[in-house]
Amino acid sequence: MSFLYEPIGLSHYLAVGAFLFVCGIVCMATKRNALGILIGIELVLNGAILNFIGFASPYFRDENLGLDGHLIALFVIVLAAAEAAVALAIALNFYNNHATIDVDRASELKG
Amino acid sequence: MSELLLAAAQPTINWHTVMFYVTAIFACGFAVVVTTTNNIVRMAFALIVSLAATSGLLFLAGAYFVGAMQLMIYVGGTVVLLIFGVMLTAQKAFITMRTRASDWILGLLVGGALFSILLQLAFLIPQWQSSDYQAAADAELAAYVEKLKADKADGKVITQEQRDELERLEIAADDGMPQRSGEIGLALVGVRADKAQRPDEPGLAGYLLPFEIVSIHLLVVLVGAAYLARARRHSHAGASQ
Repeated sequence: MSFLYEPIGLSHYLAVGAFLFVCGIVCMATKRNALGILIGIELVLNGAILNFIGFASPYFRDENLGLDGHLIALFVIVLAAAEAAVALAIALNFYNNHATIDVDRASELKG
Repeated sequence: MSELLLAAAQPTINWHTVMFYVTAIFACGFAVVVTTTNNIVRMAFALIVSLAATSGLLFLAGAYFVGAMQLMIYVGGTVVLLIFGVMLTAQKAFITMRTRASDWILGLLVGGALFSILLQLAFLIPQWQSSDYQAAADAELAAYVEKLKADKADGKVITQEQRDELERLEIAADDGMPQRSGEIGLALVGVRADKAQRPDEPGLAGYLLPFEIVSIHLLVVLVGAAYLARARRHSHAGASQ
């Protein structure tokens, strides 16, 4: 357990961010429920926020992003909320019109 | 000074590291649950825990305001919105929808390749793998205290600037970072309080325009969402006629 004695660095934050990002990508790729895809997008955005905050933290680097990283993370949070609202409205509209939430059956625009 | 050196010489458990690993395991583990489960309700619950653990990681990185916003907006707002969507569409056929095995294999293959590349990149730079922030702050404080003691022994009077500097170093060694919500609020209206001391930068590189854009964007999104999700009475009326 020697790693518990060492202080963590920026790489650990980047690794957790990368893991959340990949989980979100796999979630978006494999779910058939439209809301599952939305949840995957939330995970991806969380990985991005974690990266920004890691680079902004003064604990890890002397030349950090500082306040810029915090502000960009706040904007990401707000945009995630907006995106969730619109995507949910589209999903509910799709559900009302087609009586299903399965994205594999949303093939009207296929051509 | 000697106590500080003694404490630095003995290997002690770094509780910041321990807390980081605990919250990181929560965040990553429940992200895996989100990805693997087929039940949409369980997915939404696991997402709540994962997002809350992520906000814990933000607190541990010193981003207190962003962490609190993550808890309030994300965990309290966005996920509630998602759960409403789940409840509105949760009919028997749609609660669990199985994915084909070929989709799983393809997704895991791409995800695994991506993750291995990203992990190698994250640990590529040796300076990023560990931080000596706390040790450096402690050493700086100890050195400054020694310097002040030597000055006092020489008969010099300690000035107010030196007291302020000592206070700043004590704060830095204590818990790291000043609270930043005031600076964030000023930056959103276009004034960079954290850069005002530097003469070469005018301190005007604020975020007023992005803040306005995101405000208008949020308003448009609200109107658009209400328009998209409104009850379509006219189509029912047309069907009944």
